[in-house]
Amino acid sequence: MMRFILPFVVFVVLAVFLAIGLNLNPREVPSPLIGKPAPAFTLPQLHEPAKQFSTQDMKGKVWLLNVWASWCVSCKEEHPVLMELSRRNIVPIYGLDYKDKNADAELWLKKGGDPYTLSVSDTEGRIGIEYGVYGVPETYVIDKQGVIQYKQIGPVTPQNLTEKILPLVAELQAK
Amino acid sequence: MIPELGNFALVVALFMAFTLGVLPIVGAARNNAVLMGVARPLAAGQFVLIGFSLLCLGYAFVGNDFSVLYVAQHSNTQLPTVYRISAIWGGHEGSLLLWAFLLSLWTLAVAMYSKHLPEEMVARVLGVMGLIAVGFLLFMLMTSNPFDRLLPAAADGRDLNPLLQDPGLVIHPPMLYMGYVGFSVAFAFAIAALLGGRLDATWARWSRPWTTVAWVFMTLGIALGSWWAYYELGWGGWWFWDPVENASLMPWLLGTALMHSLAVTEKRNAFKSWTVLLAISAFSLSLLGTFLVRSGVLTSVHSFAADPKRGIFILTFLVVVIGVSLLLFAWRAPKIGLGGKFDLLSRESLLLSNNVLLSVASASVFIGTLYPLFMDALGQGKLSVGPPYFEAVFVPLMIPMLLMMGLGPLARWKKVDAPELAKRVRWAFGAAVLIALLLPLTMGKWSVMVSLGLLLAFWIIASVSLNLRERLAGRNDFMLRLRGQSLSYYGMQIAHLGVAVFIIGVTMVKGYETERDVRMDVGDVLNTGGYEFRFNGVTEEQGPNYVAGKGHVTISKDGKVVTELYPEKRQYNVSGMPMTEAAIDAGLLGDLYVSLGEPIPDSNGAWAVRVYIKPFVDWIWAGCLLMSLGGILAISDRRYRIHNKRSAESAAAMPLEEKTA
Repeated sequence: MMRFILPFVVFVVLAVFLAIGLNLNPREVPSPLIGKPAPAFTLPQLHEPAKQFSTQDMKGKVWLLNVWASWCVSCKEEHPVLMELSRRNIVPIYGLDYKDKNADAELWLKKGGDPYTLSVSDTEGRIGIEYGVYGVPETYVIDKQGVIQYKQIGPVTPQNLTEKILPLVAELQAK
Repeated sequence: MIPELGNFALVVALFMAFTLGVLPIVGAARNNAVLMGVARPLAAGQFVLIGFSLLCLGYAFVGNDFSVLYVAQHSNTQLPTVYRISAIWGGHEGSLLLWAFLLSLWTLAVAMYSKHLPEEMVARVLGVMGLIAVGFLLFMLMTSNPFDRLLPAAADGRDLNPLLQDPGLVIHPPMLYMGYVGFSVAFAFAIAALLGGRLDATWARWSRPWTTVAWVFMTLGIALGSWWAYYELGWGGWWFWDPVENASLMPWLLGTALMHSLAVTEKRNAFKSWTVLLAISAFSLSLLGTFLVRSGVLTSVHSFAADPKRGIFILTFLVVVIGVSLLLFAWRAPKIGLGGKFDLLSRESLLLSNNVLLSVASASVFIGTLYPLFMDALGQGKLSVGPPYFEAVFVPLMIPMLLMMGLGPLARWKKVDAPELAKRVRWAFGAAVLIALLLPLTMGKWSVMVSLGLLLAFWIIASVSLNLRERLAGRNDFMLRLRGQSLSYYGMQIAHLGVAVFIIGVTMVKGYETERDVRMDVGDVLNTGGYEFRFNGVTEEQGPNYVAGKGHVTISKDGKVVTELYPEKRQYNVSGMPMTEAAIDAGLLGDLYVSLGEPIPDSNGAWAVRVYIKPFVDWIWAGCLLMSLGGILAISDRRYRIHNKRSAESAAAMPLEEKTA
């Protein structure tokens, strides 16, 4: 009898996890960091690991921080949108290459085009944790004072770009 | 008015499904012929109503009725008509309606082709399917009604996601859903058998053709999806281990295990409780797949907008359906008994091992897909599992499975004499090893992985040939023997050959593909893989609902033009979304694949151009087609068309075509 009840027990455990997972819904939870200063970091640049990039360099500019990785499927969906945005030269996009191998990441950018002013490597994913990255891709709008004003969870689409991100960027740049 | 009629039809269908889920099952328990008799008419009525509802939604799409919210969100006056029709399943609500419609179609099919089954069995099977329909109809009416109005109406719609405006995606969802939903039949048979307490060879015989049909649809659906990803995403990959892809792969793996397990149950009366558990699990994973896609617990390209209310509903539904089934299993299965005995080495044991490997593979995909969720729930932080995990776990599991796959059909039931079997296969295996070692050399580069992949493929081919030879060679007339084999035997062999073809495709692409990403000015020539690619520039072209930059690439080999390719970069008018349309010259020995990257700023018409040479890539999908063809042959077998009523005893005792194997 016992072994026949086993599938049921396994399923109950699974169902509990799924129920918890529903409340952890990655797209529903707003970032607690909105309106707070963006966590400062200094990381090696992807293309030139000898050089460092620091959030301090960005004071006085409105910029986008886009979290991406070469293993991330949704990044491929968002990629052409970012390419288009970078061509329009409205706002600099900085990439945070999250938990990725440098060689893979560089190949990925070479293949698809590089929309980023520069990318930094967060190999351990430590900075991602500080930013509360829920899943890749994510995009943060950071203002001149270094405060996070908006966070896009999941791929940037032309729709939320024109409806939310670009108007916000224009408003922040005017300040 | 029409949308309200569609909505009303859904409400009536819900009541019918509820009646179908209760009366016949009660009737079967009380042996009441009248209550059991309502099952078939109700199944037909439910089909007509849901079908009508689907037509209503189609009518709203074709007529651009933007006062229907769902239409306004997923269509546009500029959208070509064929995509207005496929937009019916381009979003959450509509694809649920398609799900419900296909379920009613399967229910109707069971009602029609079950004349030879005992009444109480039919009543229970249709009843269980009715209960599933209740869940889906309730879900639709409560949380995701496709007929919700948008008042005042929108002037124009928001357009269908350009990714979905593609011929492949017109038929991919219906095919895949036919597979998902089709496993509900095997599930319903299993539940009916557990309820009736009659789990014998007859039960397996009845569910086998249904399972195979569902499996064929699923195979085709997955193959179509993979093919679409290959040419539409413009990155040249064919499988991404995306959660939604995995959601279809898991039930497919279990469905494959179920098909084989049912064969053993039918022929040898063994593995009975295991087979029932597989039937329950395969459908449970189909439901779980729906949950993963709809609830947004995992992020994926395919996920529809997340809505916690929907997630809770599906989870509850999942818990009720799967929980009750597994409890029923725990209660009834101990009485089933073990059935036919078999030796440690026998066809049964080989099939059982393969079953276990397929289930473990399915579980490994499951763990990889849900691992981020588990870790998150345990407060261990957010993470993602990528292709390296899946490749590291999945591939080693498949190697022993494929090796045994060659042996299985050659082995005898009950007991195999190991030295004798080894003697029979030694030439076949030797030939496979030799080909696997030498063939890569002709491609100019030898590697262990390529050799291993080819070994598996050629081992299957060699063992199939050996099996055919043993069956067909003999003293009497060859043609007579050729015709003497059953269609299901040929079906099995063709499906197994399909697996070999698939492996060859995967191996060759992985081992020998060439990828080049280059900046090309107008008139530039790129030499790679023995071909010469000349870039003739990009011209602007107006599509029905997009503007395209159309590239022109001339490919030649040894000075002779092989083909002209026209890759496009489209910008859709309404959504403003850019899309890449790769241009592919497909061939038996490989594809030439060109897609446009980005225009190079401040240049005279230069573009980033992506060029791939993909040897044997089409074999991947050809293999899937062969597998499906094998399934179709197997169900065309005469045995399944005998519709006279049989008692369990005579069915179990009927002559088995593989007895001579």
